[in-house]
Amino acid sequence: MSSKNNLLVNLENAGVYKSPKWLIRGVSLEVRRGQIVTLIGPNGSGKTTTAKMVLSILEPDEGSMKRYTDKIAYVPQKINIDWTMPLRVVDFMRLTNNLNDNEVSESLNQTGVEKLFKEQIHGLSGGEFQRVLLARAIAKKPELLVLDEPVQGVDFNGEIDLYNIIKNISANLNCGILLVSHDLHFVMSATDHVVCLNGHICCSGKPSTVIKDKAYIELFGEHRSKTLTYYQHDHDHTHNSDGSVSS
Amino acid sequence: MFDDFFTRALVTGIGIAIITGPLGCLVIWRRLSYFGDTLAHSALLGVTLAYAFSLNIAFSVFIISAVIALLLLNLQKRTRLAGDSLLGLLAHSTLAIGLVLMGFLSSIRFDIMGLLFGDILSVTVEDIALVWIGGSVILGILYFIWKSLFSATVNYDLALAEGMKPNIYNMIFTLLLAGVIALSIKMIGTLLITGLLIIPAAASRNITHNPKQMVFVAILIGILSVTIGLFTSLELNTSSGPSIIVIAIILFIISLIPLELRGKLQK
Repeated sequence: MSSKNNLLVNLENAGVYKSPKWLIRGVSLEVRRGQIVTLIGPNGSGKTTTAKMVLSILEPDEGSMKRYTDKIAYVPQKINIDWTMPLRVVDFMRLTNNLNDNEVSESLNQTGVEKLFKEQIHGLSGGEFQRVLLARAIAKKPELLVLDEPVQGVDFNGEIDLYNIIKNISANLNCGILLVSHDLHFVMSATDHVVCLNGHICCSGKPSTVIKDKAYIELFGEHRSKTLTYYQHDHDHTHNSDGSVSS
Repeated sequence: MFDDFFTRALVTGIGIAIITGPLGCLVIWRRLSYFGDTLAHSALLGVTLAYAFSLNIAFSVFIISAVIALLLLNLQKRTRLAGDSLLGLLAHSTLAIGLVLMGFLSSIRFDIMGLLFGDILSVTVEDIALVWIGGSVILGILYFIWKSLFSATVNYDLALAEGMKPNIYNMIFTLLLAGVIALSIKMIGTLLITGLLIIPAAASRNITHNPKQMVFVAILIGILSVTIGLFTSLELNTSSGPSIIVIAIILFIISLIPLELRGKLQK
């Protein structure tokens, strides 16, 4: 298969304007099959805006977005479900997808929450809800998966779990993943391509290159970028003792 | 079998309750109570125009409601006033315009009370046909767009990103809402139709645990309200609309009781 066929989405010099300012400008990036591309950057740097362009929730006001697949799944950053709507986990799993009970259980099982099948959505903890959101996205068997802060509110061990699951998804489903994350040590250890945003692209490339980039060090501070090497090691170590992922 | 006015009213009312059940659930899930109210207020203008140009009332009300819905979308693009302000503006301006126009048409006798609160005596065989045929069309369309509409109700961005085309279906939903208001004017009246949309759905929420259950129980509560309400209206010689709504609110209060009891048992 030629690399052209693997291309799932392509942003070229794209920007979104919301009066009175540009939320983001000049973003060029690609996501290919089997690849994890991560967006990092401070609050308000345009990570979510960029993700929404890829999803066609926002149209670029300049530049272009080209997408080569319709099989998309999305884990939004925030999702509030009002009490007025009675909703069980199983109903939520079937939101944009026709799944039978087995398929629902299987996906919930993958993120470790199959016991929540008939629970009310409103009763879930933050971490449980994130797992359900991820399970719903996996169940769609997407070609392109967009995850906006998928581990927020998840405890430390759960975080490692979920990141392992995300790594496995890209391999098992052979899909491309666009991930918005704050978690620098996951980003650096498991991502194929990092895009560092702050209203525009500060720097991008392989994690090992980005980590040495001046713009990156400026943005995240000398201290954090140094401690990162320690964290990176720690993270790899956890994986090995876990045995679930070989690095 | 429809010779008796009461039978006609009952058959029409049950038809309306079946349509308002699912639409009412969507209205409260989407926090559109005031939107329904605005459409209903504007219905008076629709009725006046129907008399002025000898149009079918339901048709005229439907057109006016649809125009109001489009106006609202347009206004939202032009001003940053909050949604409820715009709705209030539209509701009362159309109500006022309707009443003023009514003044000009002094040659025609209006049954204002009937328009505001519903009049079972006026329900004809044609109304039965209109409600059941129109209602079937509305429910048919709703069935086909349910998945998209429902996913957009839970989370608009998610539905949009995953290709459910929520923008188109939201528009269709608005037209369906205009349709159900048009169909139920005669029975319930313009002031109270929102009540029949919201109260059975709200009562249903108190005792159900998933979306489908909530829709079906809302329909049942609607049918009960209409049936008991109409009998009460007949017995006590009260307007049909208010009687139906009073029964609905009694059923709502009953729906709260199990919650209270549950709370006490847990303590």
